[in-house]
Amino acid sequence: MANSSTPKRTEASQAGSVMAIVAPAVGWLIPGAGHLIQKRWIRGLLLMASIVAMFVLGILMEGRVYRPNSGDILDILGFVGDVGAGGLYVVSRALDWGQGAISHATADYGTKYIIVAGLLNFISVADAYHIAIGKKS
Amino acid sequence: MILTAVIPFAIVLAPSHFTAALVFAFFASIVFGITQRNNLREQVRYGLYCFAMFVGGVMVAGWAMWLLRR
Repeated sequence: MANSSTPKRTEASQAGSVMAIVAPAVGWLIPGAGHLIQKRWIRGLLLMASIVAMFVLGILMEGRVYRPNSGDILDILGFVGDVGAGGLYVVSRALDWGQGAISHATADYGTKYIIVAGLLNFISVADAYHIAIGKKS
Repeated sequence: MILTAVIPFAIVLAPSHFTAALVFAFFASIVFGITQRNNLREQVRYGLYCFAMFVGGVMVAGWAMWLLRR
């Protein structure tokens, strides 16, 4: 009995350890995907919708997308927040979004939306990791 | 860049401060609710709590700034 269950446990723990690496990585690259690959469909879709919506709204508000090597400490912190959005940040940099001239007073909200979208994705990635290691259901 | 010309942003959103704060609170509360609690009931309750705290904080800060300005 014990002999037959041991290999199954080993396989399950190996799958769990692989998922503990894959889920956060995929979740960072595509917000919410870390939950989706673990079959947490509703949670994943809600996280994806929320984070993508915040990032896109930030861009539409003419928010600024920070670059990595500007030299200013606040800009570096802004970059750390932005880069949390993973693939969204890569796409926005590739298409040169978030670099235009600001034409209205609330554009600064856009910048904060983009940073917070990235920070929320960091939280989402940590949650996906906790699900993968079994700390959360 | 060439790609910028392919996908231009014709729409520019310029919401009021309060609308921007409400939308921010809405999406942030969803993420907080899902990630900080375990079961569905607790997630909904915590999400609503966060939303109320965000909006309440905006109200309090707004009135505080109004008082300071006078």
